[in-house]
Amino acid sequence: MSSNVPANLKYAKSHEWVRAEGEIATVGITDHAQHELTDIVFVELPAVGRKVKAGEACAVVESVKTASDIYSPVSGEITEANQAIVDNPALVNTDPYGSGWFYKIKLANVGEVASLLKSEQYLAQIG
Amino acid sequence: MLKRTPLFAAHQRLGARLVEFGGWEMPVQYSSIMDEHLAVRRAAGLFDISHMGEVNITGATALEFLNRTLTNDLRKIPPGYGQYTLMCNEQGGVIDDLYAYRLGNEDFLLVINASRIEPDVAWLKKQLDAFPKRGAVNLEDVSEKYGAVALQGPRAVEFVDQCFPMIAKNRIAVLRATELKKNQVDRFEFEERVVYVARTGYTGEDGFEVIAPAASIEAVWNRIMAEGHAHCLQPAGLGARDTLRTEACYPLYGHELDEQTTPIEAGLGFFVAFDKPDFVGREVLANQKSQGLSKKCVAFKMTDKSAPPRPHYPIWSTGSEATRIGEVVSGTQSPTLGIGIGLGYVPPTFGKPGTGVEIEIRGKRSPALVVQKPFYRKPN
Repeated sequence: MSSNVPANLKYAKSHEWVRAEGEIATVGITDHAQHELTDIVFVELPAVGRKVKAGEACAVVESVKTASDIYSPVSGEITEANQAIVDNPALVNTDPYGSGWFYKIKLANVGEVASLLKSEQYLAQIG
Repeated sequence: MLKRTPLFAAHQRLGARLVEFGGWEMPVQYSSIMDEHLAVRRAAGLFDISHMGEVNITGATALEFLNRTLTNDLRKIPPGYGQYTLMCNEQGGVIDDLYAYRLGNEDFLLVINASRIEPDVAWLKKQLDAFPKRGAVNLEDVSEKYGAVALQGPRAVEFVDQCFPMIAKNRIAVLRATELKKNQVDRFEFEERVVYVARTGYTGEDGFEVIAPAASIEAVWNRIMAEGHAHCLQPAGLGARDTLRTEACYPLYGHELDEQTTPIEAGLGFFVAFDKPDFVGREVLANQKSQGLSKKCVAFKMTDKSAPPRPHYPIWSTGSEATRIGEVVSGTQSPTLGIGIGLGYVPPTFGKPGTGVEIEIRGKRSPALVVQKPFYRKPN
């Protein structure tokens, strides 16, 4: 099963992606992750204003069978949570890099993004 | 080392995702749980249930022995029928829940849970040792000799006869699989071997279970897959099996049932025959029935948008003096209803349909409503 891994994003080993624009980054879960989780039926997102550290569990996705923690790939303060995936969790399955994004975060350290995996490194991990 | 069924290679070819279940490496899903669940509700699904155990009990006093060891009354069924029943310890706790098929006047086949084969066989042997007329009973664990599949769903009747066109020489009653009534079983000839086809299942849909010699089960699987192709048949894994049985409120050993829980507490009193001679656990079960219970298995649904309930989540009463009243034993998002559903044990005062309770999910309580069982009943 080949997964879509866009070249313009950065990745965490725990299967989240990051799109950084200045000091704001958008975070979601990868196509590989949504495929492994299968039908997502519920999403719990961090509250706006919450401060999270890289590697901290800050969201939950539930498939029919199990609940899984989602770990923030970067540190900072949550500025926006995607209500659309709360209302329609299937968006995470159908459009993981687009309308299925999880939250936006004001980066505590912009340099942290550079230490994440490049697309080819993430591809090698899930290969 | 996990055990594998004779269908393991077939699952790999189909790209199944495999998981551990009761010591077995089993397919949890092929496409997705949701997809397979809905296929069984709308068309048909085929499950590997070869991990389940079989025990053959024969002899002149086999019926009397089983009626002392199991809760239901096997005198109520003639040869060619099966019966859902339970095996209890002296305290009324459930050792296993099972299907007992009566294949002849003195010939019974018990189909038991995969995870319970060892304790069941040990318990049956212990009971047999204590049975005065044991000389006329033969007990054999034939779990390794048989494989089994479950063909479930409203469209199964469209092609089951094509799968098993040959009746066996020693058939019991029917000429075709579609003639089988609910809980009826008969012998069919399949590639020169005898297989059992029963109108039973664990999904809440119409369907058939096929028990065949281990060497034949892959050919049975392949035949059903081929004949079912034009009828939207899909292979289905244990994930869908669990969501389907939860919607139908069928118990799963280790969740609703264990050795500390009785059939009465589990809401399975219908399968305990008090109008037969003495059987193991009778006294405790009769007392519970007349004097009441301290806990009872109830069905509940989440009423707000919340995460699905899961096993071991605490159940709370509502209001300003809310207390913890019990625990969830099965829970999932219902693919048919699109809401969180579950089963759990609470004091009987909270068991009435319409009673509000709360389910604690990751430290937060979400409202739920006790409802009538089952969540899903197939349309007539």
